[in-house]
Amino acid sequence: MSQAATLHREPAESPLTPESWGKLGMWIFLCGDAMTFGTLIVTFGIMRIAADNWPVPAEVLGINLTAAMTFLLICSSVTMVKALSGIKRGNMQEFRKFMLLTILGGTAFLLLQAYEWNHLIHLGVTITENKYGSPVFGDTFYIMTGFHGMHVFGGVVYLAVILVGGLTGRIHQGNSSVVEIAGLYWHFVDLVWILIFTFVYLL
Amino acid sequence: MADTAAAHTEAHAEPNYLAVFGWLFILTVIEVGVIFVPIPWLMIAGALVILALVKASLVAIYFMHLKFEKLVIWWIAVIPVILCVFLIFMLIPELA
Repeated sequence: MSQAATLHREPAESPLTPESWGKLGMWIFLCGDAMTFGTLIVTFGIMRIAADNWPVPAEVLGINLTAAMTFLLICSSVTMVKALSGIKRGNMQEFRKFMLLTILGGTAFLLLQAYEWNHLIHLGVTITENKYGSPVFGDTFYIMTGFHGMHVFGGVVYLAVILVGGLTGRIHQGNSSVVEIAGLYWHFVDLVWILIFTFVYLL
Repeated sequence: MADTAAAHTEAHAEPNYLAVFGWLFILTVIEVGVIFVPIPWLMIAGALVILALVKASLVAIYFMHLKFEKLVIWWIAVIPVILCVFLIFMLIPELA
């Protein structure tokens, strides 16, 4: 009787599946990463309010270009969920196609960022100097977009490894959770860019 | 075991990702537009913060599947947000 009651309280699904461990691990990593990004964004905000000669970002930074970069990352998030949806249904062709599109989106983002940085350095905005006002502007700009850009770069490498795994057959419908976990990272990078775009470029 | 896990992940219907994409796109256009509206900067800043948080939440809830996650994952996701709010209040005295 008591044994039956104990059995009844057992969860239907054990939390100890490799899938959920991997997902939990990624969420914990992203939690720490979010704290780093959060600290950068909050301290940036405080310094921005404290600085007396902060330039109007829209007059220094190219809003059109970075709005396009935002669009690109949002699109790559959509192709990522499409890739996951493909592999979950066992449609490897769809998985490969959308993974490739996601990687291309991330790569295009990095190229645009390299172009933007190059352009800004020529305009006189560097990590220590800023022709348009407070030097903290350039300082925080490169630290935040650079830290995010490194995440995009890491994400492109990560997704490329997953795609190669799919091509060689090591990743398939049966272990598609690795794709979901990679997707979590990629969407997080997209989420952080949404915040950086708003706070650095628009505010 | 693997069967139940698979059944669990397939249990929920796939969210309409294109609708989420559409909302993110529309909100981004509003964000870029709102900075040119001739209203006080604080109002623009407030609108931008709200729009950014809505967009970030959309990504977390739908793309990162937070909608279908257990409570523990929600807690993990919310902890950095709580700490950021804490940090804001810790740093506000620095402005004085």
